[in-house]
Amino acid sequence: MTTRREIGGVSADVSLAAWSDAAGPPPARPPADPRRKRAGFAGESATAYAFLAPNMLLLLVFVLLPLGWALVVSLQQTNGFGAGTFVGLANYGHLFGDPLFWRSTLNTVLFTIIVTPLSMALGLGVAVLLNSVLPARGLFRSILITPMAISGVATALLGLLLFDENNGVLDKLLMAVGLPAVSWQSGTTAAFASVVLVTLWWRVGFNMLIYLAGMQSIGPELYEAARLDGAGAWQRIRYVTVPLVGPSSFFLLILNVIYSFQVFDIIFVMTGGGPQNATSVLVTYAYDQGFVTRDQGYAAAIGMVLLVLMLIFTAVQWRVSRNRDLVE
Amino acid sequence: MTDIITGPDAAMARRTGADPARRRRRRERGGRALRVTAAVVISVVLVFPLYWMVVVAFRSRADLLAGVLRLWPRALTLENFRQVFASFPVATWFGNSVAISLVVAAITVTVSMLAGYAFAQLRFRGAGVLFLVSLATLMIPVQVIMVTLFKLVTTFGLYGSYWAVILPTSASAFGVFLARQFILAIPRDLIEAARIDGAGHLRVFARIVLPLSRPLLAVLFFMSVLQTWNDFAWPLIALKQNQLFTLPIGLLYLQGQFGSDYGGTMAFALLNVTPMVVLFLIFQRYFVQGFARSGIR
Repeated sequence: MTTRREIGGVSADVSLAAWSDAAGPPPARPPADPRRKRAGFAGESATAYAFLAPNMLLLLVFVLLPLGWALVVSLQQTNGFGAGTFVGLANYGHLFGDPLFWRSTLNTVLFTIIVTPLSMALGLGVAVLLNSVLPARGLFRSILITPMAISGVATALLGLLLFDENNGVLDKLLMAVGLPAVSWQSGTTAAFASVVLVTLWWRVGFNMLIYLAGMQSIGPELYEAARLDGAGAWQRIRYVTVPLVGPSSFFLLILNVIYSFQVFDIIFVMTGGGPQNATSVLVTYAYDQGFVTRDQGYAAAIGMVLLVLMLIFTAVQWRVSRNRDLVE
Repeated sequence: MTDIITGPDAAMARRTGADPARRRRRRERGGRALRVTAAVVISVVLVFPLYWMVVVAFRSRADLLAGVLRLWPRALTLENFRQVFASFPVATWFGNSVAISLVVAAITVTVSMLAGYAFAQLRFRGAGVLFLVSLATLMIPVQVIMVTLFKLVTTFGLYGSYWAVILPTSASAFGVFLARQFILAIPRDLIEAARIDGAGHLRVFARIVLPLSRPLLAVLFFMSVLQTWNDFAWPLIALKQNQLFTLPIGLLYLQGQFGSDYGGTMAFALLNVTPMVVLFLIFQRYFVQGFARSGIR
């Protein structure tokens, strides 16, 4: 269950949230007899390493080793799948003069800043709705989270089916109500919009689920108190719900940003980065360079840029969120 | 519904809306209707693509090619399914997906539980650093390492086998995290008592921790299966022969052949999607509880 590569999945998402927790202090231990502790400690270390070994070995061999190697390859000029020659930072220098790289970077950032707030706001809105007095809540919840179980490829093909320019049901519906058809596949802006819409369809349920879980910890007496103080429905959401689901929001923010930076299946299958590179993102561009053009050094360099971008984004969010917590 | 004001005054109050309790009740009834409407509209929008997938999968080619917008199919047919099964090794792909998902899930659950036990119950040098390192791997998208991972798998002679997908997919920092959280909650006294009775850690793990972890095992297993079943980027790179494809790769391959003739594609998409949707709907209750309980808010 490699969460790092899982794109639409659930587990990836949770684990990242858990991140902050991981950095925290280790669980408290009951004080032990110092003599026993010493012997026990050494014995426990060996046991612990044995218990950890299988997982650590897998992570080391199939994640960390390829990562280090990728850094090396990014400094090489490669030809097909043979050995490369060392060229220093030439691949990175190349990136600066590559308009397609800039286009892909811009699209990646654009995608992130559109999808993240939209999917969070929609998720929160639906969660508030489902958390209110509503008949058949369980049914609605099931319907809303079902897209989470669907593979990215199937989701993207579903998108193609709906947004097809010649035979798609969306354009037919638009025309049926007297609106002009949209060229979802040949228009650059429309293609980008179609990718965003399909992503939202796929992701909103997950955001809703996390918010719903967060809301379960808010006591009903808080709402009752707010109601007695004369707060309307909107004010209750604004001043009770939103602040109290803060941790969920932080979690989802990091998750959605990371997901958006890594978006692959949807774009690869729906548009392949087209039309005219309008939907090309860093990950699809790296894939093209590595496995179609087969310029592996260049592909590795793009990957490194992506990783650094993600780290910066996450670090900034971390800082901002930590500071805010301190202020409040 | 007991009104404090009765008689003509009540009728008056009703007309002018002067009774605050009544006004509030009416507003809440209105709010409820609004909420139900909103929920229904949102659900319809979300369900429509799935409904449409089913409709297209069961419609005849002629009906599809007629190009008329018909939201309800006139007649249902299995033609698309028949054609897909006749042209592609669908059963093999399905079997591949099942086999790979089950093996990955079995490995993931095992290694995650072992590591989770170590992080939760044992004291050892470097625990913090190792835990942080394993969580940090979550940040690395497969696309960053795919070129060298590919080289690595080729070097090991795994390329072109199921193991090329299974092994890199089996390491799970997330599983470790979840297992650690869960095992931390097991009372330490229970474990200490077993230790004093002379049980080794492996025995404690097998006899005490595993039986108590049944809900965790179920969730870990299910989530691993779901992810592996739906995984795309790495299997796309790691599986070259048609005979080894998993369902998502087969789906893309098949779509390449069918083009915008969606009948067959959607029939196959339905085969890919249905098992996980059914499992998901069965498991979702535990899912929601799991999220709420694991302190992730």
